[in-house]
Amino acid sequence: MKDNLDLILEHVEAVRMNRRAFLNRTAAFGVAAALGGAVLPQAARAEEPKKGGTLKMGWGGGETTDTLDPALADSPVPFVVGRQWGDTIVNVTADGKIEPRLAESFETNADGTEWKFAIRQGVKFHDGTDMTVADVVATFKRHSDENSKSGAFGIMQGISEITADGNTVVMKLATGNADLPYLLSDYHLVVQKNGGMDEPASPIGTGPWKLLTAEPGVRYTFEKNTGDWDTTRGHYDSVEIIVINDATARTSALQSGQVNIINRIDPKVAKLLGQTPGIVVENVSGRGHYVFNMSANTAPFDNADLRKALRLAINRQEMVDKILDGYGGIGNDIPVNAAYPLFTALPQREYDPVKAAEHYKASGHDGTPIVLIVADTAFPGAVDAAALFQQSAAACGIPLEIQRVPDDGYWSDVWNVKPFHASYWGGRPVQDQMWSTAYLSTADWNDTKYFNTDLDALILQARAETDVAKRTELYKQVSEIVYNDGGVICPMFNDFIDARTDTIAGYSKDPNYEAMGGFASSKTWFA
Amino acid sequence: MVHPILKLVAQRIALGILLLFAASVLIFVGTQILPGDVAQSILGQSATPETLANLRAELGLNDPPLTRYFNWLGGVLQGDLGNALTNGQNIAEAMGKRLGNTLFLAGTAALVAVPLAIGLGLLSVRYRNRWPDKVISTVTLATISVPEFLIGYIAVYIFSVQLRWLPSLATVYDDMSLGERLTAISLPVLVLVLAVLGHMMRTTRAAILNVLESAYVETAELKGLAPFTIIARHALPNAVAPVITVVMLNMAYLVVGVVVVEVVFVYPGMGQYLVDHVSKRDVPVVQACGLVFAAIYISLNLVADLVSILANPRLRHPK
Repeated sequence: MKDNLDLILEHVEAVRMNRRAFLNRTAAFGVAAALGGAVLPQAARAEEPKKGGTLKMGWGGGETTDTLDPALADSPVPFVVGRQWGDTIVNVTADGKIEPRLAESFETNADGTEWKFAIRQGVKFHDGTDMTVADVVATFKRHSDENSKSGAFGIMQGISEITADGNTVVMKLATGNADLPYLLSDYHLVVQKNGGMDEPASPIGTGPWKLLTAEPGVRYTFEKNTGDWDTTRGHYDSVEIIVINDATARTSALQSGQVNIINRIDPKVAKLLGQTPGIVVENVSGRGHYVFNMSANTAPFDNADLRKALRLAINRQEMVDKILDGYGGIGNDIPVNAAYPLFTALPQREYDPVKAAEHYKASGHDGTPIVLIVADTAFPGAVDAAALFQQSAAACGIPLEIQRVPDDGYWSDVWNVKPFHASYWGGRPVQDQMWSTAYLSTADWNDTKYFNTDLDALILQARAETDVAKRTELYKQVSEIVYNDGGVICPMFNDFIDARTDTIAGYSKDPNYEAMGGFASSKTWFA
Repeated sequence: MVHPILKLVAQRIALGILLLFAASVLIFVGTQILPGDVAQSILGQSATPETLANLRAELGLNDPPLTRYFNWLGGVLQGDLGNALTNGQNIAEAMGKRLGNTLFLAGTAALVAVPLAIGLGLLSVRYRNRWPDKVISTVTLATISVPEFLIGYIAVYIFSVQLRWLPSLATVYDDMSLGERLTAISLPVLVLVLAVLGHMMRTTRAAILNVLESAYVETAELKGLAPFTIIARHALPNAVAPVITVVMLNMAYLVVGVVVVEVVFVYPGMGQYLVDHVSKRDVPVVQACGLVFAAIYISLNLVADLVSILANPRLRHPK
């Protein structure tokens, strides 16, 4: 683990500007050559973030039914709202490291079964009261209770004991987990006053912005938290989040200057939008990916040859080019990519009609069309992607039948239920979380219904392994099993695509989530 | 003997109430056959069989449908619309604000559209088959034929993105003044006016042309009245029945049929509120919205009926 000073310096650096932007700007003035290396840091200091103004964010993914309870946040608007008023004890940085936030430092024992987080002192909630270790413990306890319906319940389940020891939170785990700090960076785990036990939906936090008004599905307004413990963030006077679910309305609001940042740009319009004067498109390759799930325990997908045939019958590059318009990375039938720590690349699986036909023949499938269920909501462009899949499979002699269903009810009646369907994953900060959420036999969201005790054992072994080299090797084995035998067809990893006006400075790439991991409002400023 | 007009009015109102009950049955049945299970969608995908069973019992989903219908109807008749399942908000309160927004948008659009449509209708009768008539007819028929969302996007492109005169977001908040609100909704009002103008204008024109054939109009002409006075003073009052029917139909449309416009302009009205709750299977809210929409539709039609009855001298002055 890095020491604190280093991390704070890194953070300060991040909120200023990236090196390339700096060099470009100085070059424009023709002074780069004249500046010696020693002068550079001083010049950079002159580029202090400017203060003031109201940042307006036009955000898609909010509904009238949203609440402020961070435990229940499950879509982009509640997520970003929580990022405004709250803090987690740690964050994941853009380069995948752990940055202490409300925890000042942390340590673990050798097998990852006991973790200690020293809680930062002198931090105040928005109502002026002190944030104490008791609040942190209460927060974690609330999310560990099934009745809270917390989205982080799965994470907290693995923690058997949460206690306070002086200013330190001590967590004991039944089985070791080397990734615990990554898991605790989860956006649901916002530290609330008394953990939100009294008022789950109370937005009294420690974040850079105080909530002024909240109209779910319409608008949220915030003012600067003048007593913010982290003085390197929060440069605007106020922040406004306007819920704009219609993609066209979102882009036109940006083009007409009514908002400064928008999320979720359709890849099909991203290039065009980027050519508009005054607009900058920001894309970053993330861990989110699109999948076609085959239930490996249901006929005909219980046949390994048929699963192989279908994996070979899809043209991944074509999908990236046509569905994502190039704004994404090619998939390889595993749910992890180079954006994950400890990742080992496997040979890229190509579209191979000949081999696909061989495996299809070997599977002995009777030739009846294989039904693939898809809806628009599965992922942007899902219906088109299914049509491309149908065409490429037909060229291998595999008949696919596309069954298009309404968005309504898709996530309760089709996803995780029907044997062959389209879906997406938002990605997780670490491999363990991705594998444990969707590939363990016991996982609720094992949406490929793949039950393999060897795979389970490897995932659990890797989770407790603190030796990096051994852990990397274990994850390679996990990947190989799913790659060769699993039920998932993963054609592509999608980019997060935001757009902003060119009046915003300090924007940087963060693969954790859209809008700089949700921190755009705290780290950027008006140029 | 009761005045026949009173009898007619009473009959109409009774019929309206009966219709509302019929609508409530349809709404209830409709929400019951929505795909997906209510308890399942509230608890999300990680629901366990036990928690599902508990929630079903809590929501009374195990009771027979007839019992549930009368429980619901009983509550509604006492003014209790219940609480939203998703966020526990009181439905009457949450919906009240959205309904207010919807009525504000619809009302403003109607205030512009109705006089404009009738005025244009009178104008095109006055100059029938000449160029003003042709221009008015062509333009209004063209705007009624183009889908609203397209007109909306075109209006946004021209007035917001290119000229930057008007806001593309029509979001209204509590702390806005009336002027700010009117500016915010100017583009959606424009689109809605264009959407309903054609229908009302054409009906006005046709109804008045019909009346112009009658003998008393000829008399008025022979008296030497100006053509426009004849149309406005003598023809229009007698053509009011069909016109008012169409006006009311369009006003009902402005209230219940503007989801698309709400989405395009990000307007916090009833439509978006309803759609959000349908997708979350928040049945009490969906039922409440359905009932309010039905009530608005039925009462506007009732008004149209009553006005037509009252506008008919033969019914007003029976022998």
